Amino acid sequence: MQTDTVQLVFYLFSFLIIISAIYVVTLKNIFHSAIFLVLTLFGVAGIYILLHAEFLAAVQVLIYVGAVSVLMIFAIMLTTRLASREIKQSNEQVMAGIFICAGFLLASLGSFANTVWRVVDKPLPENNTLTLGQLLMNEYVLPFEVVSIVLLAALIGAIVLARKEGA
Amino acid sequence: MELTNIFKFLYEKLAASGLPQTLVDLIALIAAAFIVFGFLAVMALFLVWWERKVSAHIQQRFGPMRTGWHGWIQTVVDMIKLLQKEDITPAAVDRPVFYWAPIVALTAAFAAYVVIPFGKGLIVADLNIGILFIVGITTFTIISLLMAGWGSNNKYALLGGMRSAAQVVSYEVPMVVAILSIVVFAGSMSMGDIVNSQSKIYEWYIFRLPFGPIAFIIYLIAGTAETNRTPFDLPEAEQELVAGFNIEYSGMKFAMFFFAEFVNLFTISAIAATLFLGGWQGPFLPSWIWFLIKSLGMVFVLMWFRWTFPRLRVDQLMEFSWKFLLPLAFVNLIIAGLMKYSKWFNW
Repeated sequence: MQTDTVQLVFYLFSFLIIISAIYVVTLKNIFHSAIFLVLTLFGVAGIYILLHAEFLAAVQVLIYVGAVSVLMIFAIMLTTRLASREIKQSNEQVMAGIFICAGFLLASLGSFANTVWRVVDKPLPENNTLTLGQLLMNEYVLPFEVVSIVLLAALIGAIVLARKEGA
Repeated sequence: MELTNIFKFLYEKLAASGLPQTLVDLIALIAAAFIVFGFLAVMALFLVWWERKVSAHIQQRFGPMRTGWHGWIQTVVDMIKLLQKEDITPAAVDRPVFYWAPIVALTAAFAAYVVIPFGKGLIVADLNIGILFIVGITTFTIISLLMAGWGSNNKYALLGGMRSAAQVVSYEVPMVVAILSIVVFAGSMSMGDIVNSQSKIYEWYIFRLPFGPIAFIIYLIAGTAETNRTPFDLPEAEQELVAGFNIEYSGMKFAMFFFAEFVNLFTISAIAATLFLGGWQGPFLPSWIWFLIKSLGMVFVLMWFRWTFPRLRVDQLMEFSWKFLLPLAFVNLIIAGLMKYSKWFNW
């Protein structure tokens, strides 16, 4: 693909992400917010595809759209009184919010400016999913397993909390 | 006659016409999208008719007989009727959500066909994440069901949508693990590579004992649940929920849901044919005919299920998925892994 096309697609996806992210935090109806969150996460997956991280993109859609968002929508649907009501999206702490956001923006801008981005000269491996799998299972096997254990602990914790006493 | 040659010929003609390469690729992509869309539209019309005929014959009836030979243009006529109907939007619905739900459903159903190999070389894009792409993109079906259920502002629709989401999410897990055992054995997620690894009939994954047939059965059960068909049709159980999530829809919007349902049915069958039955591989006939034979054979099996099994209860449905299918799928995955890396079974 040519760079012009890539850039065009990048701007399209960025536009999609930013617009839908603004809708997520400003809409009064929480179900609509959840739907726009799905759109935002889908846009991020599109950016991953542009960066040739196809595996990450598919997993992003599968987990964030297929599991996390569905769980959120499910919770919204189960609490009917929440869904039918207009919800206020702001509270009295606007000033504090502005300061925290500005601080966060400065921190991210600072870190973006100071990071040395590594540029790879050679072309990316043809089948980068394979490379990713090999790296996870060899070089990064310890962090990978630690993350698995954290997730397993969360899973068991959820079951313990949800279980009725004596059942 | 291989269709690939025709498409290759057309593409070369286009490339030789002197247009810039980006434009040529764009035209080729749009053309591919239209061809796939057209194929699926015709296929969905055919499947609706076939479903009615199969159900009729299982129940010792004839089904549609009046319009055309054995009623073959019945669905075309039905479609024209639905197109003419007034597009009713009930007053109490959440308009944007109600409007977008069928569109999301149809888009999610069609998007899976990007990576399905229809024949030798007949694949829109052989992505290296192949099967994972399908698993990911079809999750939008769940979102569309939830949108329809919630947007309709109707008790039955809401219950139908929620049942369906819970069911699809639960059955997706054993399905993905079953698919994973095939991916482990093929050593690739690309649909093209998976088909290429089953060139002989004894290499078809359904015949790879012992993990192949088990993975196939798990996939088939989970696939039936994913398409909300009997015995797992709780989301639209007519007797208790009237029609489930699509109760408030009429006219073309209803037709879009109906369409998406049959496209999804064909998707499940096409994936089963590709992963387990050697895809387009076969002797004598052109590859795309083999693909159609295998996929439609799988469609027939799913229809057969639908009209011969009674419906499960919700608790039975969930227990079956989490307490039986999922552990079985995991054990199966471990067996597949052991077979792949042991000297004795690696054939």
